[in-house]
Parts: sequence; structure tokens; C-alpha cells
Amino acid sequence: MHPAIRVTNVSKRFRLGSGGGSALNLTERLLSVVRRRPETRSEFWALRDISFAVQPGETIGIIGRNGAGKSTLLKVLARIVEPSEGRVELRGRVGSLLEVGTGFHPELTGRENIYLNGSVLGMTRREIRRKFDDIVAFAGLEPFLDTPVKRYSSGMYVRLAFAVAAHLEPEILIVDEVLAVGDGDFQKRCLGKMREISLGGRTVLFVSHNMAAVRAFCSRALFLANGRVMVDGTVEHAIRAYTTSGAEATVARDLRSHPGRVSRHGALMSEVRLTDALGTPVSVVPAGGTLAVRVKFAVPTGPIRPVLGVVVRDHYGTALFGLNNRWVPNAWFEPICAGWISCTYPCLPLQPGTYSLDLWLANENEDIDIVMDAIRFDVIAGDFFGSGKLPHPSCGPVLVPATFHCQADQPGDAA
Amino acid sequence: MSPETSRPTTIPSAQVATTTTREEPWTAPVEPPLTVIEPQRGWALPNIRELWRYRELLYFLALRDIKIRYKQTVLGVGWAFAQPLLTMGVFAIFLGRMAGVGQGVEHYPLFVFAGMVAWTFFGNTINTAATSIVANERLITKIYFPRLIIPLSTIGVALFDLILASGLLAVMAVGYGVWPGWSLVALPLVVLMLAVAAAGVGIFLAALIVDQRDFKYVLNFGIQLWMFATPSLYLPPETFSDSARWWLPLNPAYGLVLAFRQATLGESIDLYAWGVSSTVAVVIAWGGVLYFRRVERGFADTI
Repeated sequence: MHPAIRVTNVSKRFRLGSGGGSALNLTERLLSVVRRRPETRSEFWALRDISFAVQPGETIGIIGRNGAGKSTLLKVLARIVEPSEGRVELRGRVGSLLEVGTGFHPELTGRENIYLNGSVLGMTRREIRRKFDDIVAFAGLEPFLDTPVKRYSSGMYVRLAFAVAAHLEPEILIVDEVLAVGDGDFQKRCLGKMREISLGGRTVLFVSHNMAAVRAFCSRALFLANGRVMVDGTVEHAIRAYTTSGAEATVARDLRSHPGRVSRHGALMSEVRLTDALGTPVSVVPAGGTLAVRVKFAVPTGPIRPVLGVVVRDHYGTALFGLNNRWVPNAWFEPICAGWISCTYPCLPLQPGTYSLDLWLANENEDIDIVMDAIRFDVIAGDFFGSGKLPHPSCGPVLVPATFHCQADQPGDAA
Repeated sequence: MSPETSRPTTIPSAQVATTTTREEPWTAPVEPPLTVIEPQRGWALPNIRELWRYRELLYFLALRDIKIRYKQTVLGVGWAFAQPLLTMGVFAIFLGRMAGVGQGVEHYPLFVFAGMVAWTFFGNTINTAATSIVANERLITKIYFPRLIIPLSTIGVALFDLILASGLLAVMAVGYGVWPGWSLVALPLVVLMLAVAAAGVGIFLAALIVDQRDFKYVLNFGIQLWMFATPSLYLPPETFSDSARWWLPLNPAYGLVLAFRQATLGESIDLYAWGVSSTVAVVIAWGGVLYFRRVERGFADTI
């Protein structure tokens, strides 16, 4: 039997321009010709020598950190970008869902968008007509079918978009984790539909950060790092490799050329340090201990009213909690050009494990520098509740104090 | 509830085996279609069979553009009339009356309007096709389909406008007492060649604009220049010298606008001008499509 997907030595190279992308305009190009200077562009291999095969009916998960090449691999398989080297063979009708609602137009009604979106996803008009009632019922939006989707709430919009996507019936389905966004109810619905699809005998390739979902649906998983396949095997094996690859906690990190930077204003945050209550650098914090995140910044364009945002993620990349000093009373600072800003958690509510921090620097309400996965730290077991007992790790990563009360029924009380 | 039961690992894998009792597509006698993805080098021809398979997407995208055009604008359908009518007004007054260009022409406003209807179709198709790839960036970066579908679908709006404006032209012609003759049967072919020429130019520019946004700013100006460089719009062919009439059709708009007017206003068609312009139109379209196909694989990377 032929595999449904066969990937052979696929590599993808991106050229990094100085201004990001190919933003050289005509004048700059002419100048570079006149000056006879070779274009100073660096190359970046998003995928390197990827090979694997997926049998018909198999559901395979692809995991890895941000920037590991998951999205690029997906785009190559979905034929959106072309590989630089190698070969991919796909046997069967391919459907790809890299986002929900591709092609939706706000001015068009729900009905019109169902047809447009279905057609964009590769359904024929007859197919859409046949499934139309199912799609509408799944979305639960009958009364709003003839309303332009610009008047929909974001929840309704996503519901309609997902309803169309869920009725795509290709032999090979390529799905991105972006599908699992939205509120809890919607996520549940997405994942339920995914389970249905994976049990329905179709070949599914599923890229995700959500280990629970990968465990639930996938019979096999690939772990990607730096554009290469590190593990191709059982889900447990791949997840173990993924989670242990992150144990690289440090007390301080230079942020000036950090790969996780997503802002375009340059490196305004230059360093992050983790310390305990006394200011001692730490990379390991006991549960319930004090963690201070200190960030050094400098803004050449003038003074800002600094706002620091910190998001704590677990080693699966799931955001656990976060805040910034806009949300905290009496935490407005006077405008300065450069300095240190810090955020202190007096009682760190985390279970043992490895965690990472996203850092956001803002001037009042405007984000000016963002570094994802800026630094990692480890949490070890600690007496969080002060009872001398350690919480069980299966209760989840976050510890929240609470009070308990109990009252016995008094004899003679009516129940 | 003990904490252990909340772990999501308990989706039994045995269930996978027991519930896959649907019909098995893999043992079906028909071999599933094979798609091969490999880096392409050099020039590529348009994949006609694939384009045909995506014809419904072409239809829905064209329908989308038409609907949006008339939902978003106050004037709505009036736009189809406004552009050729206003240009006609300016030409009729300044060229026809004041410059006296229209002296040899019986109904100069009608003469100009017939040309403007064709030109508006031509110019608008180039304009929307040229900016279509950049305007549909979301589609390009999220899903695969033959990229040519996007610029091709923009012909729809312009064609819709053309049909409406042609209705007005018919009313005007009857008002002037002008009736079409046998040459009217050539009209669909004339419109087709106008579409081929405009789409060819538009497709070429669309691919160029993805890489070099500068051309977006030159676009409107260029189309305007082209309009004035198409003298069949405002001058009767008798005013040109024989040698000019020999080379003017190398501008495809010249011969096709001329043929459009001759077909709609009951004149006999200048076959030489029409033939040369149509040939040039096909050559341009071929070149545009080849260039587009050559650079389209980088669209998602560079857009």
C-alpha cells in the first residue's frame, strides 16, 4: 500500500533581507547593481532534510517549539510555499485548514460566506449545497444567515467559520493548531470534531502545542527542532523529547538579539534577570517562593512611561497567567529613557516544572518591544500552602490558595 | 474526583480500531489522485486542467467582488454608468465642441461614449487585476489554489459593469436613431479579446506588484496615459494618415475599442485593425501569464 503522505528530504530556505522580506525597492536594487556590492542577505533554513511517511488512516501530530519549522512544514504540505529541495507525494484529495474563515468577507452575509469559504477550501458547489443545512445547524446561526458577517459577534463569526471547515471531507487533512483558539466551548467543539475526523479513517496531520490534544488524537508524533525531525515515533516518546529539550534555565539572558523578539522597533529591552526576594540571581525557585523579573531597557527616541508585561507559560507553551503594571493600582511610573523595571511575584503559585516568560515593554498603551520565550526557569517543590504537604502534580501547573469551611448538620434541622 | 481521572490520556486507542467501520476509500478501485510537490525551475505553462477544476472558485470570487462593489458604495449600480458618462462629457465638450475634433462625426457624444464603454472595461480590468494579488494576501498565504484564478476573477466585476453600460449605450444609440447592423455578431469576440488583452496586462502587473510595490503608484497614471494614447476613443479613423492607421493597432486597445464601437453602432468593422490588435492581445496575455507562472511560487514568501 502506498503511503498517503510521503515526504523525502524536504528543505526550505528563506532569505532574510535587511528590512525583513524582500523590501528592497527598485531604487535600492538599482543602487546595489551600481555599487556592485553583493546583496548582504543571510539565509535561514526553516526545514532541513525532512523525511517521513504517513500511512492512510493514520493521525500524526507534529510538535516543537515556536520557530522549529512546524508551520513551514505545514505550508509546504499545503502547497502554499514551495520547498527549496526535496519532494512530497500526497495521495488523495488534500484539504488544509491553516485558519478558520479563510476568504470570509465582512460585507457578505453568512449564507454567501458559506459558499465562498467552502469554495476556497476546495468544496464543489454541489457539495456545499448538500451540506448547507448541516453547516448551518452546526453553527446554530439560522436566524442570522442573511445578516452580513460584519454584524456578527466574534464568537458567531468563529462558529460559522469552523462549521464550514468541519464539513470539509478530504482524504488527507492538514490542520494547524490555530484551530484550537477561541473560548473554551469552541475549543471543545473543535477538538471533538478533530476526534471524529481522526476516528473516521482519514489521514490527518495535526500541528499543535497542545500535548493533551496530540495525546488524544494522534497515533504517532514527530518532534521538530531547528527545522529537523528529532523524533519520529510514539506520541509519548516525542512528547518526552519535547519537554526535556526545554530544560535550560538561566539566571539572566541577553535580549539584544533574542530569536523570540516579535516587535519591529528594535531591541529596546536589553537584558532580563531573575532574582529572589533578596536580589540574589536565581534560576530555580521553590513553589511559593519569591521571583523577581528584572528587565533592563533603553529607549533612544525619548522618555517613556514604562509598562512591563509578563506572561508565564508552561513547557507546552500554554499561557498560565500574566499581567502588566497598567492593571495594578499605583504602579504608574514617571517617564524615563532608560533603566530597570521589575515585576515581583511574592508567592510564586507554580508546581514543579520548567516555565518560560514572555516579556512586553510598552509606553503607556503602546507596545514597543516584545520578546516571546525570553527566559526559562525551573520551579522545584515547595511548601506552598504552609502545611508541610506537597501538592500532587496532576492537579495542574497552578496553585491557588483558598479557604475551606465545613458545617455539620445540626440534629433537628430540616434538610 | 481524584486528580488522576482528569488526565486526558485515557482516550482509548482501541476505540480507533473499533469505530473505523466506514467504507474504506483505500481499497476502492479508483487510485486516489497523486499530488507531487517539488521545487520548480524556469518557465511553466498554465495548468489548464487545474484551472478548469477550480472554475467554481473563479465564479465565487467574481461574485464576491460584484456583490461587495454594490454593497459598499452609495452610488451602487450608478458607478457602471458614471465613469464612461463623465469621461464622455468631458471629451464631448472640450474635444468635440471647443477643439472642433468632432466635426466630421455625426453624433460625437455617442461616438465617444461607445468607445468609453469599451475603454472603461479595459482599464478597470487592468487596474483590479494588477492589484488583486496584493489585495488577496490572506488567501495567498493560507490556502492553495491556482494563483491565476485571482486576477482572472477580477474580469467579472468589469464585465458586469460593461453589460450595464452597454444597456445605456443601446438606449443612447436608439435615442440618436442609430441601429446596430450585422457587425453586432462580432461583439462577443471583440469583448473577449478586450478581456484577453486587459487580463494579460493585469496579470503581468499583478506579479510585478507583489515584488515591487512601486508599480502600484504608477498604475493609475499609466492607464490614464494609455487612454490618451488610444486615439480611436476620441478621433474618427479617417483623421489619421495611412501609415498611422497601419501601426496604430499595435496598441491592442486601439483596434479593439474601434471594433467595439463599429460593432455596436452598426458600422462595418475595420478587419485589419481588429486582427492586428487581437494578435497583439494574445501575445501580451501569453507573456503575462508566463511571467506570472514563473514568479507565483514565491508569492507566499515575498508578499
